Amino acid sequence: MFGKKQTPAKKQLALVIDLNVCVGCHACVTSCKEWNTSGSAGPLPDENPYGADPKGVFFNRVQTFECGTYPNTETVHFPKSCLHCEDPPCVPVCPTGASYKREEDGIVLVDYDKCIGCKYCSWSCPYGAREFDEVQGVMKKCTLCVDRIYDTSLDPKLRKPACVLACPTSARIFGDIKDPQSEASIAIAENSGFQLMPEWGTNPANHYLPRRKTRITLHEDELVRADNPLKVEGEPPKVPLTSPTIDDASNW
Amino acid sequence: MRPAFSVLFLTTLIGIGQGLLVALSVGQWIETIGWAPVDPNGNFIAYGAVVAVVFLGLGLFASFFHLANPQRAWRAATRWRTSWLSREVLLLPVVMGLGLVYALIQYFNVQPALVTFANGESVTLGLVVGTVAALAALLLFVVTGMIYACVKFIREWASAWTVINFMIMGLASGSAVAAICANLEGGVLARFYLFAALVLTVVALATRSYQIWLNSRLALKSTLKTAIGQHHQQIRQISQGFMGSSFNNKEFSAPGGRDAVRGTTVAFLFFAFLLPAALMIVALGHGGLVVLASAAAIQYLGLLVERWAFFAQGQHVQNLYYQGKA
Repeated sequence: MFGKKQTPAKKQLALVIDLNVCVGCHACVTSCKEWNTSGSAGPLPDENPYGADPKGVFFNRVQTFECGTYPNTETVHFPKSCLHCEDPPCVPVCPTGASYKREEDGIVLVDYDKCIGCKYCSWSCPYGAREFDEVQGVMKKCTLCVDRIYDTSLDPKLRKPACVLACPTSARIFGDIKDPQSEASIAIAENSGFQLMPEWGTNPANHYLPRRKTRITLHEDELVRADNPLKVEGEPPKVPLTSPTIDDASNW
Repeated sequence: MRPAFSVLFLTTLIGIGQGLLVALSVGQWIETIGWAPVDPNGNFIAYGAVVAVVFLGLGLFASFFHLANPQRAWRAATRWRTSWLSREVLLLPVVMGLGLVYALIQYFNVQPALVTFANGESVTLGLVVGTVAALAALLLFVVTGMIYACVKFIREWASAWTVINFMIMGLASGSAVAAICANLEGGVLARFYLFAALVLTVVALATRSYQIWLNSRLALKSTLKTAIGQHHQQIRQISQGFMGSSFNNKEFSAPGGRDAVRGTTVAFLFFAFLLPAALMIVALGHGGLVVLASAAAIQYLGLLVERWAFFAQGQHVQNLYYQGKA
């Protein structure tokens, strides 16, 4: 009612995840957990990690879906983390202002020192991107490795989210989707990048690239060597080592 | 959604407190305009307002148990421009404060007449403060209801009927407590409050049943097709990304599932509305305080069950991502 509409950020950092490439290896999950549990914001707890019902906080999960009906099925590995929506529904509902969207790069963050742990923001996220830390009593979510991407002590090539660096198939692209020349924007534009659940008007910054079939049409004549019209197979004639070469200098 | 007992107690207890404040103010207006004789001892409204503040305070106390970091709860008053939860955090103490001032004015009988009418009755300070307190209490119903009604990702809650039902159920249970207060203090308004509680309970039965009916016909807005962006007719989840459990499948599901919702719905329709209404009818005829008090007590327990069912019935959109594992 009194809510101020967020002005769209000039810069919007995001991930573009290629579902055509993801093999579901969970390397992004483990590297995310490793980086984000080791930082100054405190660990991402694992409760009862070796027990019957382990429970833990992760910023990133890889889910798996089966599409189609057997035997015509397709397995889709689906990495899911905070989508850093351009109009994040989780931000205005926060009573303390702990949840906020950064003006400068569009990253949605939680200030753990302000969060009272009411969990209201998680109710206002349709993607289930937020996970509650029972130990610290605060809501946690993907930070897009904000403590890493601006770290000038790192090699510029390493100033990317941990999940992106870990992906062995390069299924994760990191960049500014407001910059049309960025790798992320080009990937979205050229490969029909899409947003999750666009019907809610959240305008997620993270995009996904769809499954794509790569097919080549080969014609019969393309299977025949055009430079061998007589179809004579075998070793090409050996040139005697004593015969002259083209330039009289090099060897056969 | 998983019902949190702190929130069940918060919403039901402050509902009684708010309903009671509204009932007291309405009663005072009725006395002022001469539809009922003015209470001889006059203390009924003072005691009633104290009871209302106690109920509101108990609700506020319960709400702290919902917070993982209650020491920072004061921060929740800062985002009232955008957050209904923040608005509730601000308005609840205001209603409590107004209720307390109302009680003090009535108890010490500080009643300068602000406007005097031709029939000799006048608008006193207590009447004005009581009216402001009642309006604030009504506004608090809207604010509390909107906390849930504005969560568009839970279709069962995202309806004006959430707000309407919070208000009517609060007014009904508050009127029942007002009837007890009036009865104890020998107030002339006891029968009026009892009748109001009966009518409101029957209306609440109708409006809450209507919301149950609406919720049984909800259409899905999202499907797995849009959730993962795959244009297949058949999509089945094989893995949620973990073998154990996570916040996402604890917070967003209720113990007992649909069967528990169905069972508690039948239970609250009987214990929050039907049985109290029957007892109120008995009390109207026979006027016994015991019957009246048991009606109010049973109704409160029934409303706790109602709130449990309200939360448990909420199906969050994010559950699309947490449907199954092989």
